[in-house]
Amino acid sequence: MGAGHGGPLGAGYVAGSGPVHRLEPHVKLVAVLGFAVVVVATPVHAGWAWAAYAGYLALVLGAAAVAGVGPRRLVRGLAVEVPFVLFALLLPVVARGPRVDVGGVSLSVSGLTAAGGLLAKATLSVLAATVLAATTEPRALLRGLERLRLPALLVQILGFTIRYADVVAGELQRMRVARESRGFRGRHLGALRVLGPAAGSLFIRSYERGERVHLAMLSRGYTGRVPAGPAADVPVGDWLAALALPLGAGAVLASGLLLG
Amino acid sequence: MHVPDGFLDAPTSVATGVVAAGGVAVALRGARRELDERTAPLAGLTAAFVFAAQMINFPVAAGTSGHLIGGALTAVLVGPWTAVLCMTVVLLVQAVLFADGGLTALGTNTTLMGLVAVGVGYGTFRLLAAVLPRTRGGVLVAAGVGAFLSVPVAALAFVGLFAVGGVADVPVGTVAAAMVGVHLLIGLGEAVITVAVLGAVLTVRPDLVHGAAYLRRPADLARRPAPVETDSR
Repeated sequence: MGAGHGGPLGAGYVAGSGPVHRLEPHVKLVAVLGFAVVVVATPVHAGWAWAAYAGYLALVLGAAAVAGVGPRRLVRGLAVEVPFVLFALLLPVVARGPRVDVGGVSLSVSGLTAAGGLLAKATLSVLAATVLAATTEPRALLRGLERLRLPALLVQILGFTIRYADVVAGELQRMRVARESRGFRGRHLGALRVLGPAAGSLFIRSYERGERVHLAMLSRGYTGRVPAGPAADVPVGDWLAALALPLGAGAVLASGLLLG
Repeated sequence: MHVPDGFLDAPTSVATGVVAAGGVAVALRGARRELDERTAPLAGLTAAFVFAAQMINFPVAAGTSGHLIGGALTAVLVGPWTAVLCMTVVLLVQAVLFADGGLTALGTNTTLMGLVAVGVGYGTFRLLAAVLPRTRGGVLVAAGVGAFLSVPVAALAFVGLFAVGGVADVPVGTVAAAMVGVHLLIGLGEAVITVAVLGAVLTVRPDLVHGAAYLRRPADLARRPAPVETDSR
């Protein structure tokens, strides 16, 4: 599991031993969440908003550099944004208010600002979350969420999902290899007659695996709780290092609010 | 299709976060009723299945392909409460491991794709299943319509949130029309895939389909002919 495993879950993780990799996962989660909150709280229509975005960008790129997360990994992380880029492109066309002519198309000024702001905020947050995902193993993130008091049952469910997602996805991959080595090419709707049952048997296999795992756990004394070891103390220095990102962003926001 | 950070203002994000937390808390109790102490492994593996199933690309038409979102399908397969938990876990994994969907928007995403999509999908399914004939076809039609409606209704809920807490002054009607139009098509794909997958599971293991429990009949016990008394003495 985890680093170098090659499964879809570990794909986001970039193995390393830098200062960011060594931070406790819950500290990093708090830092990234704090950064996102500051970014979201920035008023879109303020005149200094773009200066603030530039400041945030410098901060998050600095964090990525310290963490040893390369530009290619960051760009790959941004791919998730694409559907909402489309939604943001719609805004200047339909928004109300004064309009400007851009290349023969009448666009709303407030819509343009809003769309730009949305894209900037989404990009900044995705960059920060990409640094988190690239420096923290899935299991460590689970431990971090547990320390942040996610309900115990939800932590257990999440644990099983993280443990078995690669197994289930591997089964899916073997089914695909088997299909395609028999000449299957899914090009049109008729492929559903093959892909539907494939997904159906994937569900049945997953569910039955869950039943077997449960029985195996019962035979090892499972009572509905998974014991966890004592949580390690976090030195103040680690907190300060991690919180430098949200605190720096907060300083940018505060100076914008005060000076702008 | 996940709402990123910054699309909705802070009060709306916080409000949907509270709604999501409440919904998940209720679902945690409900799932214990559906699955008792097997909740963790079974819900965990089902979430892993949803996660994997979202990676299958189904060809739709003219070179385009779509993938399953899975709210309605999961609700019919394992029950609505477990489905809410599975969708929540999948969204959580996508947010923290893939930066897909913002951390501050996690509550919004859970509300839309966990609570609204599963609620609409399963609610429609139960309503239709009550009126339609109690057959395999009836179950499939009910699930298909539920899956179809779950997508545009979730999109509409997003437009509603955007109207309340969005950062742009947009005519709600236009945005709603565009979003619902696009998502009607996506919903059609969702319905087709849901019916295909559910039909396959119903054929092989109908006992695993939570929503089709009412189709199950106690097995007819064949009467064994009474042993013939033979007097061999």
